[in-house]
This record gives sequence, C-alpha cells and structure tokens, in this order.
Amino acid sequence: MRELTYREALREAMAEEMERDERVFLMGEEVGHYNGAYKVSEGLLDRFGERRVVDTPIAETGFAGVGIGAAMVGLRPIIEFMTWNFSLCAYDQLVNNAAKLRYMSGGQITLPIVFRGPGGAAHQLAAQHSQAVESLYAYVPGLKVIAPSTPADAKGLLKTAIRDENPVIFIEGEVLYGHKGPVQDEEYQIPLGRGEVKRTGQDVTIVAWSKMVHAALDAATELAKEGIELEVIDPRTLRPLDDRMIFDSVKKTNRCIIVEEGWPFAGLGAEIAYRIMKEGFDYLDAPVVRVTGEDVPMPYAKNLEHEVFPGVEKVVRAVRDVLYS
Amino acid sequence: MDKTLMLSLYRDMIRIRRFEEEAARSYSRGKIGGFLHLYNGQEAVAVGAMSAVEPTDYIVATYRDHGHYLARVGDMNAAMAELFGKADGCAKGRGGSMHYFDVAKRFMGGHAIVGGHVPIAAGIAFASKYRGEPDVTLCFFGEGTANMGAFHEGLSLAALWKLPVIFICENNLYSMGTPLYRTLSVEDVAVRAKGYPMAQEIVNGDDVLEVREVIRHAAKRARTESLPILIEAKTYRFRGHSMSDPAKYRTKEEVKEWMERDPIRLLAERIYALGIANEEQLKAVDEAAKQEVAGAVRFADESPSPDTATLFDDIYYEPEHHEQDEKVVPLEKRRQQASV
Ligand SMILES: Cc1ncc(C[n+]2csc(CCOP(=O)(O)OP(=O)(O)O)c2C)c(N)n1
Ligand SMILES: [Mg+2]
Repeated sequence: MRELTYREALREAMAEEMERDERVFLMGEEVGHYNGAYKVSEGLLDRFGERRVVDTPIAETGFAGVGIGAAMVGLRPIIEFMTWNFSLCAYDQLVNNAAKLRYMSGGQITLPIVFRGPGGAAHQLAAQHSQAVESLYAYVPGLKVIAPSTPADAKGLLKTAIRDENPVIFIEGEVLYGHKGPVQDEEYQIPLGRGEVKRTGQDVTIVAWSKMVHAALDAATELAKEGIELEVIDPRTLRPLDDRMIFDSVKKTNRCIIVEEGWPFAGLGAEIAYRIMKEGFDYLDAPVVRVTGEDVPMPYAKNLEHEVFPGVEKVVRAVRDVLYS
Repeated sequence: MDKTLMLSLYRDMIRIRRFEEEAARSYSRGKIGGFLHLYNGQEAVAVGAMSAVEPTDYIVATYRDHGHYLARVGDMNAAMAELFGKADGCAKGRGGSMHYFDVAKRFMGGHAIVGGHVPIAAGIAFASKYRGEPDVTLCFFGEGTANMGAFHEGLSLAALWKLPVIFICENNLYSMGTPLYRTLSVEDVAVRAKGYPMAQEIVNGDDVLEVREVIRHAAKRARTESLPILIEAKTYRFRGHSMSDPAKYRTKEEVKEWMERDPIRLLAERIYALGIANEEQLKAVDEAAKQEVAGAVRFADESPSPDTATLFDDIYYEPEHHEQDEKVVPLEKRRQQASV
C-alpha cells in the first residue's frame, strides 16, 4: 500500500470529491494562490480554477455565512478555517445558523457543508493559537464533529463528510499534517459514527482521538514492555459518538482512561466518562480517569507549555493509577 | 397606472396589517408565546419589494418577518398556525414568529440573530452566480443591524465578488428602544455602502410604488450585471419593538406624525385620485382580508400541536429515519437515539 502524509490524504479526498461533484468547492483564506496556509490545498487552484477554489479576505463570519447560504440552496461547500482558533469569530454562524436551520425550519433546509482546518496546539504558539475546540462544537445538536488521527482515516472520513447532508466540523491535527501512514489506492469512505480499535489489549481501555491517539499508542508500546496491554480506541467521530465500541472494550478491560488535548472542565471526556459510568458501572474495577490538557490558557514558554500538554508520561501515570500499581 | 397592480399592492398591504392586528390580539389572549415583532407601518417595503422581483428570487428576512412571508408566500393559515405553535405552521411549530420558512417558495427564513443572516444572503447569491442562474437574493434588516460585524463582512464580500444580492435596510428609526442617532455614527445607513464600494439608494419606505421602482431597477441590474446594492427605506414601525415593549421612548406627536403617512392610506388615496377604485371597493378588499384572518385563526386553533414523538426529527438529515414510520418510535427511545 502507498504511504501518504495526513496532509496529502486530505488533499486527495478533496480533489476526488471535487472531481466527482461540481457542487463541491473549497473556500477560505489563502487556499488558492498561496496554496494553503498549511499546504493542504496545494495544487487545487491549478487543477480546479478560481471558481472552485475561492480565496477569501480575513472575514470568518462572512465566508462561513456565505458557505451556509450556498449550502442552503444546494451547493456543497468546504470552508477552510486557517486554524480552528479563528472559527470562534464565526461561532455564531456555526452554532446559530449551521446547526439550527434544518430544525428551525421544520426540516425544510438541508445543509451539506464541511468546515475544516487544523486544531489543537502546535509548538509555542501561545494561548490564542493553541486550543482544542472539539468540545465547543460537539456540545451542539445539529453539528457532526470529526477528528481523525491517521492519513487513512483523514481521507476516508473527509470524503464521507463532504457527501454528508449535514454540517460537519472536521478538525485536523495541526501537528499531524506531516505524519505518514498507509492509504489504499482504491477509493474508499469511512462511515461517520464508527470508531476503530487502534491497538488491542486486555488490561486498560484508552479512549483518544486525533493526535492523542499517538500519545496513547506510545504509552502502550512503553507499558507493553512491562506486560501491561492497553486497548486504544479512537472514536474518530466525536458526534455522533461510537460509545458501543467503548462500552464493549470496557466490559473486557474493566478500566478506562480518556485522553484529550482540551480543557477538563465540561470537556468531551466528562461526557464519555458519564456514559461509561451509566452503561458499564458494574464492569468497572476502577474509576474512569481523564488525562486532559491543564485548566489554563496555553503559556508560551517551552517548559510551561510542556507541563500543560497531556503527553505519554501522564498517560502512563494514569494507567498505573487505574491498575492500582 | 396599472390598475390591477395597484389593487393587488393594496390587498397585499392590508392583508399584512389585518394579520398583524390579529396577531397582537391573539398574543394578548395567550395563544401566541415568545417574542412577537409586528410589521405595522412598514408594509410598503416588503410588498413593494416582493412585487418588483420574480417568484424565483430568494428572500432572506429577520425576526420581523410576517410581512415578508405574507407578501411572498401569502399563506395566512400556515403563518397563523406557526404563531400558535401548531403542526401545520410554516415551520411545523419549530420556529415561531421569528423563524418563518417556505423553502419551496424561496422564502429562506426569518433569522433572529441581528446581522447573522446578511452573510447567508450573500452566500445564496454566491450559489446563483456559481451555477450561472439568474436569481437575485433580497436581504432585509433594520438600521440597528448596520452596526454588526456580520453586516459589514456580508456586504464587503458581496461587493468583492460582485454578487447579485439586494440589501434592503428598513430604517424605522429605532433598534428596540434606542433611536438611531444614539447608535449610528452616520445619518443615512446607505452611505456605508460607499466604502465597499457598492451602489446605494435611499427611498421613501412608506411609498410602495417608489419602493417597487427602486427594487425593480436594482433587481434588473443584479440580474444582468451581477452587482449588489444597498437600499435604505426610511420608514416607521407603528407599534413597539415587540409585544412586550410599550414604546414609551417615542413622543405621541412623533408617532402621530408618522401615522399620518400610513403607507396603506397613502396608497388608498392614490387609488382614489386615479379613479381606480372607490372607498366602498377598497372596503371590500379590507373586509375580505379580515375574513381571511378570521379563517386563519380558526385554522390555527384547529391545527394539532406538534406530536411530541417528532421532537427529535430534523436535527439532522437522516435518510433511513425518513423511511421509517416516525410515530411508532416512542419518545423515550428517540430521546436515547438522539443523544448518541
Ligand atoms: C446579535 C444580537 N444582539 C441583540 C439581539 C436582540 N435584538 C433583537 S432585535 C434588536 C434590535 C434590532 O434593531 P433593527 O436592526 O433596527 O431592526 P428592527 O427591530 O427595528 O426591525 C435587538 C437588539 C439579537 N437578536 N441579536
Ligand atoms: Mg430599526
């Protein structure tokens, strides 16, 4: 099988869908002539032209709203946010318009639109450029939220998102763009709402998505040396959530840790922990534990930033906690 | 002067007036909940505008949307039933007064976040241009909206991309209880267009024929040259901002002065002067509108409340779900499914 970077996989998904369906277009800051702030859309302008690859001014509310209006009447926009931090300028458009138009109109409006771009912290970008926003969006009925961890998932899920008839929040890992992985040659899609077991094990279930999957896998490699086997579940789609897969794993391991980059207070991990408690209470041999980013705006200094991030060490420590070892 | 046209404009305006009067009554009787923003006094804007465009042109409105809905879609039963929160409402009782929709008739909604619908209107126009279709989009809002970021972003993109959209600012001098001189740094909202730049026009919003003429030109220009425009219609709302607002911040004299320029009366006087119809004939039109409103109240009263089993319908488009018989799935089950 071929190896592609996460970035290339995303690009391939968009190119294939644009090729297949004329209603699909890409719009955002720097997506065209500059070839993408993170080069995800590199070459797409040359291939599809200015009608389908639309550079915008810095106007998140404006172009998110334009995308929503276009989707209301049958186009299938892909709206790129340079990063998800800036989507907060358009939060009103996403939460009050994209998520609600169908319901509020009694089902008259269908809104096939994808909002995508990089999320999460990179390196030393400080508070306004380093945040995981998935909880902010997963909170909202009417939105679907996806956060893929591998090139193969990124491609298959983005293709499905583009074909979905609902507004989809597609959060890419900013630090994953260069990450390489196998991607099959033949065309494929991955259904939304289905997780994947990224590693099987019987001792502790780890639920993680996006770049935290990699921290979980690294922790698993390390702990395997001591004979501790982690089962790593990547829900991939955060809403709708594949909690069945999580419950099944917890029934086997009886222990669960949720690893997420975002803040702990009212974060997604809290919801997942609640569901496990409610559905699998009798199966638990230890309380469900969360490993999250620290409850603080991201500092700039390298050492402080390192403290905030929920890395491998913290995952390993949490595993020892739930194993009472 | 086109006789049929004048009479149909009159009919459309009086229908809105009578509908709004009944809405106020029904609200006082507790049949209507939530916020209720009435359109009395501004009828010439919606009616003039709708009469000037094609039925295939798109309409995007605010929460003050009854007039626009009636002028475009016309279905009083569905409008009243929506206010009553009934299943036969134009949004199945999901939207209420502020969120009327009729997508088949290209009435793309009442929107209740001030300014939030302005970029959406630009987006609908973007789609028309993208597909090479001739449709124009009309976007209505108040003068208070001209201070929102979304307003500026929407107009700036429409100017940049030369989108076929007509922005219609209904300047009724107040945003809620605040007169515009305390919120607006300019006297005329229309001048804001100059900076994008975009064509602009100021019209007497109480004169339905003037509104019609200006929109007709704007629509032709938008259709043939794909250019946006900002039109400011100077008008006045006769009632408070919503039913909970007694509008004490306006003097009696001011209100009286504007009421003398009642757009419906202005049109009636024109009709008499031109000998198109006499008082009795217009009275008959009015009477028919009142009857229609009474019928709409009966319709809304009789319409069932939305089935609670439909509570979770249409949060998402779900092809499988639409195939199954919705009523057989109990609410508890739907509640669980929906929260996954
Ligand atoms: C973003 C936002 N802020 C505040 C409100 C509350 N609000 C509703 S209508 C309104 C006044 C709007 O005035 P204007 O744009 O002049 O329209 P009009 O009501 O006069 O038609 C306000 C402040 C809102 N709906 N949305
Ligand atoms: Mg106003």
